[in-house]
Amino acid sequence: MVGAACALYAARAGLAVAVVDRGPVAGGTTGAGEGNLLVSDKEPGPELDLALLSGRLWADLAEERAEAIEYEAKGGVVVAPTPESLAALEAFAAGQRTAGVLTEPVATDQLHDLEPYLAPGLAGAVHYPQDTQVMPALAAAHLLRASGARLLTGRTVTEVLRARDGSVRGVRTDRGDLYAPAVVNAAGTWGAEVASLAGVTLPVLPRRGFVLVTEPLPRRVRHKVYAADYVADVASDSAALQTSPVVEGTAAGPILIGASRERVGFDRSFSLPVVRELAEGATRLFPFLSQVRALRTYLGFRPYLPDHLPAIGPDPRAPGLFHACGHEGAGIGLSTGTGQLIAQVLAGRTPDLDLAPFRPDRFSEEAA
Amino acid sequence: MTDGRHHLAVIGAGPAGLAASLAAAARGIHVTLIDSAAAAGGQFYRRPASGLGARRPRALHHQWRTWERLERGLAEHLEAGTIRHLTDHHVWLVERTEPTIAGAGVGAGASADAGDGDGDGDGDGDGDGDGDGDGEEAEAEPGATRHGATRHGASATHTVPAVPVGDPGFTVHALLGPLQERSVAVRADAVLLATGGYEKVLPFPGWTLPGVVTAGGAQAMLKGGLVVPGRTAVVVGTGPLLLPVATGLAAAGVEVAALVESVDPRRLLRGAGTLAAQPGKVAEGARYAAQLLRHRVPFIHLHTVVEAHGEERLEAVTVAALDPDGRVRPGTERRIPCDTLAVGHGMIPHTDLAEALGCRIDGSKVDVDEEQRTDVPGVWAAGETTGIGGAALSLAEGHLAGWSIAARLSGAEPDARAATRAVKSRTRMRSFAAALDAVYAPPAHWSDQVTDDTVVCRCEEVTGGRIREAVADLGAGDVRTVKLLTRAGMGWCQGRICEPAVAGLVGCEQTPARRLLARPVPLGVLARAGTDDDRTPGAGLPPIPR
Repeated sequence: MVGAACALYAARAGLAVAVVDRGPVAGGTTGAGEGNLLVSDKEPGPELDLALLSGRLWADLAEERAEAIEYEAKGGVVVAPTPESLAALEAFAAGQRTAGVLTEPVATDQLHDLEPYLAPGLAGAVHYPQDTQVMPALAAAHLLRASGARLLTGRTVTEVLRARDGSVRGVRTDRGDLYAPAVVNAAGTWGAEVASLAGVTLPVLPRRGFVLVTEPLPRRVRHKVYAADYVADVASDSAALQTSPVVEGTAAGPILIGASRERVGFDRSFSLPVVRELAEGATRLFPFLSQVRALRTYLGFRPYLPDHLPAIGPDPRAPGLFHACGHEGAGIGLSTGTGQLIAQVLAGRTPDLDLAPFRPDRFSEEAA
Repeated sequence: MTDGRHHLAVIGAGPAGLAASLAAAARGIHVTLIDSAAAAGGQFYRRPASGLGARRPRALHHQWRTWERLERGLAEHLEAGTIRHLTDHHVWLVERTEPTIAGAGVGAGASADAGDGDGDGDGDGDGDGDGDGDGEEAEAEPGATRHGATRHGASATHTVPAVPVGDPGFTVHALLGPLQERSVAVRADAVLLATGGYEKVLPFPGWTLPGVVTAGGAQAMLKGGLVVPGRTAVVVGTGPLLLPVATGLAAAGVEVAALVESVDPRRLLRGAGTLAAQPGKVAEGARYAAQLLRHRVPFIHLHTVVEAHGEERLEAVTVAALDPDGRVRPGTERRIPCDTLAVGHGMIPHTDLAEALGCRIDGSKVDVDEEQRTDVPGVWAAGETTGIGGAALSLAEGHLAGWSIAARLSGAEPDARAATRAVKSRTRMRSFAAALDAVYAPPAHWSDQVTDDTVVCRCEEVTGGRIREAVADLGAGDVRTVKLLTRAGMGWCQGRICEPAVAGLVGCEQTPARRLLARPVPLGVLARAGTDDDRTPGAGLPPIPR
C-alpha cells in the first residue's frame, strides 16, 4: 500500500516510476490489513500530523473512486466501559482536539443512537467523525493502476546497486537490473532486509496480528468501534500478547474483529488463545455477535519500529536511498501522506511535514 | 484418567480412520473416533439410514466384506470400551496444548502396563487393506504422526501421576451437529488426521443450473438415500470415480445418455507393469466395462463438457472432442438432452486441520513419513489427506498409522515384522494411484471454456471476467490476491470449490488457502473455546477418560 501511494504521488510529480515486488500486488501485510484510516488512536505529535494529512489526501483520492476502493467515511466510536476509563479517554480526546482532530463526546444515553447493538452498561464514548475505512488490497491495486507506473511483480530485489561514491544507482533483481537515481524502500515488514541490501540498518520487526472475519450480515455495526484500552496497546512496547476488541462492519457484509499484537517473529501458526480473546472482547462489546459465525481468521505481520514511528525520507548513509516503511498497524491510513512526502523530497521540494521525527537513521546501531 | 492408557483422537471415520482406530485399540490404546456423520464408514462405505429399509445396500458397494469386517471390529471395541465413537461431531480445530502436569487432567498417566497390547500385528481384524481399492473416491483420511520417541518415558506408576509431560497434548474442538452451536473438547496424547478429500469440480457455462451435481454428490444420493437424482443423466469430467457413478446410476434405473471422459483410459494399459501388479483393479475395470455395456451406456473418451443448457433447470449439455493439446476441436460439439449432469474432476485432500497445527504440506497433501507421521510430534495422518489413492490405500495407511501410534505412545519402536503386509499393500496401492494420476487429468486448456460471464465463485458470485481483470489490470498473481481483489473464495465454502478454478484462470499453482478454522464457528463458542466453561456443558459426552 505504501509503495503504491509513493508510486502514485511520485508519478504525479512527473517522475518515471517502476514498482518491483517479489509477490503480486497486495501480497504482503496490505492483504492482511483491515484498512483503517484512523486519527482516533493517535496522540498529538508527528504521527497524528501525518494521519491528518493522509486523511485529507484519501478524501481527495476517494472523490473519483470511493466505490472501487470501498472508501467509507464512517467515523470511529471509542467506548469506555468504566467512569475511570471514560475520564482518561476524554482527557486524551481534549489533547487531540487541540491538534485538529474532530471529537464528540457521547453520553451513555446517546450511545445506542450511534450503535444500537452495543452492550448495555458502558460509561460513555467519544465519536471521531474523521475515522475512515478502505479495502486495502483494492486501494493498493487501484492507486497503482492510476499511477501509470511500470509494475514488475514476481521479481525479487537481490541487491541495491551503489556507485563508487556510495550513491544508489538502481536495484538488481532476479530478472535483471533496473537503473534509477532514487530507490524507495517500501517493503513494509521486510523493510529491514531491503535496507540491509543497501548496507544500512533499519530495525523493522514483525508484530503479529490476527483478524477474525464473520459471515456476511446486514449492517449492524455502523462505525469502527473499539474499547479505550486499544490506544494503550498500540503504543505499548511489550513483546507479549495484547488484545483489545476492534469491531467494524464492511461494505461487503462481514464484520472484522481485531486487534491482537504480539512479537513472535514470523510465526504463522494458529493461536487459539489469541483468537479466543478477540472473540471474547468482541462479544463483550456486541453481545449479538455470540450467535454470529466466524468464517475465517487470518494473520499478518505489522512492520514495527521501536519508537512506533515510520521511517520516511532520504537515508544520509546511502545517498539516493529513501525509506517509506515501518508504519506498524497504521500503514494503510498513513500511506497517502507518506507517498506525498516522499514525492516532495524526490522532486526536491519542501515536504508538507517536518521529516525529522521520521529520519531513517535515528536508531542507534544497537537498536538494530 | 489414571487408567494408565494412552489416548488417541482419530478424526474421520472413513476407511483410514477406522483401520487406524482398530489397529491402535487392539494394541491397548484408548481411541476416540470423531466424525461428522451419523454412522461410521465415511464417504466410501456410506449406507442408507436404517429407517429407509434398504434390502441390499451392498449392491452399491464394492468391498462389502471388508466393510463388514471393519464394522464388526468397531462394534467389539465399542462394546469393550476401547473405542469411543463420537458421531455428528464437526471438528473445527485441533489445538496443541501446552505441556501440563499429568494429574491436572491433561497429561497421560504412566505407561508401564499401558502399551502395546498384543503387539503382534494382526489380531485387530481390520483387514489391512491388501484388497483392491477400487479407485473410487474414498474419504477416510490418513493421519501420520511424528512422535517424539519417548513421550512418557518409563515412569511406571499410575498412582503418582504428577509427572510433567514432555510433549504437549492435543485438544480436539468439535461442534455438535446438526445445529453446530455448541462445541466440545476432547483431549488426547496423539491425533490421527483422517479427514479425507473433497471433490474437485471445474466450472463451465451453465454449471450452476439446478440439475448439475457433482459426481460424488450423485453417488452419495444413491448410496445414502437410495434416491435417484433424475431420469436421464450424463456423467462428465475425468477420473476413476466416473465409472462407478455411471454404472451406479444405470443400475438404479437412470438412463445414462453418456459417460464423457476427457482422457483415454486405455493409456493406463501402457503402465502395464503397474497394472499387472493389480489383478483386482484389472478385474474391477473389466466389471465396470461390462456393466456399461449391459446398461448400454455410451462411453465417450477424449471429450469434454462445453456448456450446460436450460432456462430454470438443466435441459441438455454440449460436449465436444479434444485435440491432443487439450483444446476443444471446433465443429465437434454435440448436444445431449438430459435432466442430470454429474461432474467430477478428481479429488483434493482436506488439509485444514493439519495447516492450523503447522504440519508440513507437500503441494496439496499432508506430508508424512513411512509410519504416517507428520512433522509435528504427536500428529499422524492417513488416507486421502496424505494424497488421493482410494479406499484400499486408505485402509493400509490407517492400519500402519494405528500400528505406529500404539508403539510410539508407549515409547517403543514399532515392530516392523507386524506391518509387512500393510507396507506392501501401501506401496502397491500408491504406485497404482500414481499411475491413475498420470492418466486422469482435466483438459490442459479447460479454462478456455470459462466465458467472462461464467460464475466461478458461487458463494460470492464472482465471474471469470472479473478474475481475469484482477490479474490483467490489478496485479493479482495468485489465489490469495485474486480473492482479495474480487472476493472469490471468501464465502461459506471458503474457496474449497472455486480454488482450483481460480488457480487455473490465473495460471498459478493451486496452493491451498490457509483455512485456520476448518469450519464456521459461532463467536460465542470461540470466546469460550479451551476454557473450563467449554468442557462442562452437558453435551451428552461421557466424561473424558483421562
